[in-house]
Amino acid sequence: MSVEPLLRVRDLSVSFATEDGVVHAVEDVAFDVAPGEVLAVVGESGSGKSVTALTLMGLSRGPNARISGAARFDGTDLVAAGDAELRRVRGERIAMVFQDPMGSLDPVYRVGDQIAEQIRAHRDTSRKEARRRAIELLDAVGIESAEQRVDSYPHQFSGGMRQRAMIAMALSLEPSLLIADEPTTALDVTVQAQIVELLRDLNRSRGLAMLLITHDIGLVAEIADRVAVMYAGRVVEEGTLDEVFYEPQHPYTWGLLGSLTRIDRPRPERLPQIPGAPPSLVEPPQGCHFRPRCPHEFERCPQVPALEARLPDAPGHLDRCWLDPMEKRERRPVGEDGP
Amino acid sequence: MSGEPLLEVRGLVKRFDEGSGLLGRRKAEPVRAVDGVDLTVAPGETLGLVGESGSGKSTLCRAILQLVQPDAGSVRFEGQEIVGLKQRQLRPLRPRMQMVFQDPDASLNPRKRVGEIVGAPLELHGIASGAKLHREVGELLERVGLSAEHDRRYPHEFSGGQRQRIGIARALATRPKLILADEPVSKLDVSIRAQIVNLMQDLQREMGLAYLFVAHDIGVVRHVSDRIAVMHDGKIVEEGTADRVCEQPREPYTRELLAAVPVPDPREARARRARLSA
Repeated sequence: MSVEPLLRVRDLSVSFATEDGVVHAVEDVAFDVAPGEVLAVVGESGSGKSVTALTLMGLSRGPNARISGAARFDGTDLVAAGDAELRRVRGERIAMVFQDPMGSLDPVYRVGDQIAEQIRAHRDTSRKEARRRAIELLDAVGIESAEQRVDSYPHQFSGGMRQRAMIAMALSLEPSLLIADEPTTALDVTVQAQIVELLRDLNRSRGLAMLLITHDIGLVAEIADRVAVMYAGRVVEEGTLDEVFYEPQHPYTWGLLGSLTRIDRPRPERLPQIPGAPPSLVEPPQGCHFRPRCPHEFERCPQVPALEARLPDAPGHLDRCWLDPMEKRERRPVGEDGP
Repeated sequence: MSGEPLLEVRGLVKRFDEGSGLLGRRKAEPVRAVDGVDLTVAPGETLGLVGESGSGKSTLCRAILQLVQPDAGSVRFEGQEIVGLKQRQLRPLRPRMQMVFQDPDASLNPRKRVGEIVGAPLELHGIASGAKLHREVGELLERVGLSAEHDRRYPHEFSGGQRQRIGIARALATRPKLILADEPVSKLDVSIRAQIVNLMQDLQREMGLAYLFVAHDIGVVRHVSDRIAVMHDGKIVEEGTADRVCEQPREPYTRELLAAVPVPDPREARARRARLSA
């Protein structure tokens, strides 16, 4: 890709000192998000995907946190930036949407006032103008009769409407990057589909770039341009949506895609499963972190494989697995036909 | 299916008064959380119950188990009517119908050792004690893929998937015929979810268990179920074999539900969007 990325993350590591020892939550994470692109970071709990997102927003800082590496966003290094600088970037140029909108909306303020306040905190705008803008935004995210709804309190909204209101607030300062952490996880499936549609539409119509943090492979397939798969603090595979789904290179990705249930295919006798559980991040296994659960482990695996392109014809498709690509093709239980 | 059903629910109703809460005000009509539900579960069978939040599926489970008193209708378990029975009369039936919950964290006492948690139903119902209890607990833990030595540990020492195994071991302790599983895998990660689903199916084959498997995830429900019942606004709107309901849904609500399930396959997702916009 020749376009200058909007966000370039390199060698990002985050660890926390805890009573049980040092937790290596994020290790040498690297990825780019191009302008207007949707990058999905997929992983299970403890994979480091949420800590990565929080770190980009400066929200994982603290006395027991150690953060290293770089995250260049539009001229600012988000890792090195001071709190004041970060506050300017946050909300204004990068906005965030969380899983639980009730946790991020203030229950005692009207929804419209919260949006208007946010606008007025960053822009020299009259109350009246900010309110007009709030109505416009609520309308843009699909809230019906926004002119009345602007005066509602969060508890008067359904879960899906609250998430729409959160998205409206995130859009209020016209950010160029939206970080969405499990934006649909707490919602019912029919509402999920509507929010996915809204996010797609915002991406396509406004060119809003997104870093989507999720465990939901279905959501990824619906919306992402590129995918980074995280496991135990590291990115183990990264590529375009189709590369990761139809040419997956890492055995963890195989396991993840293989264990999905699909309603549009005949059901298998038994669900393929990944044995065991993710490792402790205090004492992760030496070398490849997936090694203890991997059926393809061999003598090179105690060394850490670099995240690099291993296929001659796909320079943007990176993975952390020592297996020979030809061998992977033979061993891979999922592939060309999709998960 | 030969013989009589293990569980037979007819016309079950459970209402809640909405406004009689904090300020004592009465609002409108009581809400019918369960509104005339009929369903049956045969021995050894899995009936999947899908619905969104607020559909009434959790209340239905509680009303079946008589944890809340139904307002009308009948629940027959092994041919015996259980609506209206007193706690004392229900007690001998409890070992045969057990429950597995969504959130093992909320349903496992953090102060008790795993051995006490799994052994509690055995003691409570006077099934085993002493050395026999210890042996049975060890066997149960091994049966769900843990080891007998885990009995001395506390729930927090286990991962989410392992805690769900503990919840299943506890439910199995009294050798039930029926397990009501309320969202048993929805809090688990994808790779762990497959392990628990497979475990539940293995246990069903080995022990001849029947499940009422309640979940919002229609993909998982279809995988485990012989039949599926779709619940919406307190009613069962459609019921049929798992494949029929998923492949040829008859009711508009079922079709809407199925259409909303994201397909984890980019090509298929693109094709579907193209069809929708055409």
